[in-house]
Amino acid sequence: MIEIKGINKSFGDNHVLRDIDVTFESGKANLLIGASGSGKTTLCKCTVGLHSPDSGTISYDGRIFNLMSRTEKKEVRREIGFLFQGSALFDYMTVEENILFPIKMFSNLTKREGLDRVNFCLDRVDLNGANKLMPSELSGGMKKRVGIARAISAKPKYLFCDEPNSGLDPQTSILIDNLIKEITHEYNMTTVVITHDMNSVLEIGEHTSFIHKGVMLWDGTNREIMDAETTELTDFVYASSFMKELKRMKG
Amino acid sequence: MFFVFSPNVGQSQSFLIDLQEVINVGKINSITNKNAPNLILGLTKQMYSYASIKFVFMLKILHQLGEYFIFISKVFRRPEKGKVFRELYVKELWKLGVGSIGIIVIISGFMGMVITIQTASQINSGWIPAYLVGYTTRQSMILEFSPTMLALILSGKIGSNIASELGTMRVSEQIDALEIMGINSANYLVLPKITALMSIMPFLVILSMFIGIFFGYVICETVEIITPSDYITGIQYDFRPFDIVYALIKATIFAFLITSVSSYYGYYASGSALEVGRSSTKAVVYSSIAVLVFNYIITQMLLI
Repeated sequence: MIEIKGINKSFGDNHVLRDIDVTFESGKANLLIGASGSGKTTLCKCTVGLHSPDSGTISYDGRIFNLMSRTEKKEVRREIGFLFQGSALFDYMTVEENILFPIKMFSNLTKREGLDRVNFCLDRVDLNGANKLMPSELSGGMKKRVGIARAISAKPKYLFCDEPNSGLDPQTSILIDNLIKEITHEYNMTTVVITHDMNSVLEIGEHTSFIHKGVMLWDGTNREIMDAETTELTDFVYASSFMKELKRMKG
Repeated sequence: MFFVFSPNVGQSQSFLIDLQEVINVGKINSITNKNAPNLILGLTKQMYSYASIKFVFMLKILHQLGEYFIFISKVFRRPEKGKVFRELYVKELWKLGVGSIGIIVIISGFMGMVITIQTASQINSGWIPAYLVGYTTRQSMILEFSPTMLALILSGKIGSNIASELGTMRVSEQIDALEIMGINSANYLVLPKITALMSIMPFLVILSMFIGIFFGYVICETVEIITPSDYITGIQYDFRPFDIVYALIKATIFAFLITSVSSYYGYYASGSALEVGRSSTKAVVYSSIAVLVFNYIITQMLLI
């Protein structure tokens, strides 16, 4: 479980996060939604330590991350898998080397065992046989899947996905969403998915938090979100004509 | 000539107009000119803004220097895994060192030939011994051309390569990915580059010296400006082994400067592909300046 309490973050005069309190539960796909520029990615980067919050605490299963020493932080970070918006695959490495990288750096597995783990991860994301391809040879959806395979290769306890289906077609988006949900349940991970895609919310959002202009306004399940009465949230949820139509039919 | 610095363009223009009016009206009348208070106020403002620009500039330099030393302290840590470091070290040794041999051979060869011809064409007096051509070629190659020219050429080739590689990794979040995994990205990415170039640079410089001096000999054989035996006598004349040591010390320090300065600009690149290009240019410019400045410092320290 990841608990965030009273997080504030500013860049110069721009107050991006204001007193954020949120809990991401274990074994669930926790969704962080909000419009572009609302502070989702900044909150995520504060949570994994890429940004230092101005105030507040972030704890991983009771361990207060932002007050830890550099060495202690390193230990926690090794339990984190991160899927970047642009996948962030190492472009000078093959798919196999990308997935093997965290294993090589942090485990004592032999080369054979490492390669077995790579093949298992590739199989899990349905990319058998892509071992020797370079990232430049992959499509957007394949890159995301390799990113997921790399993120889970070192068996993390926490998985962060920054807009995992941005730039993907609807079918591939659903595939990626379901993959994330399945992996979360399979390994009982604490997964945090940043998105502004309502399909993802309805598909996998077991626990959803809504952030608006740096303020956490609402949290609940994907069932509750449809009946929420927070104006900013309803504006966000029912922004598309399809959702408006759905609301009208529901009404 | 006046240089007017001001963040406010209108203010600078008004100051220039006031100044022009004073010049037109005459020096004595200028004090009673209706614009005189404006002129004094403008002058004070300009001095203030000039001082503040200088201050901001100084602060920026200090900030960059501080950031560079913090970066270096992050780089020189114990590698996460010795085996991975060794693999990367060998890879960089090949890429930065062996990959530069071609350009080194071309530059050193032509440099040796040109020095020989130029020296021979300048020394046409019967009073000056012909072997001085060989002596000058050898000394020029060993003391200056091989270590310094080579470093300047490599700061262009290797510096831009390193900065664009790291800059691309930064903007495509690959460095963030390393950090999130709990890896010291500066140490992982930069230490193999610095150590690899520092260890291979002396060999490249020695290679450059040999090639330069050898091509000087080839010119003597082919163009007949001096006899090859005079050239051979010259390159053996008054040889001081310390000159080689001096050149190798310079080469090792230049290797550190080229890789660390270029890595710094690449590592802290931010924004878009345009910024990566800018950081690459900065890497070449500042590593070349660093090479020139340290060339002077080391020369003064070791030869005087």
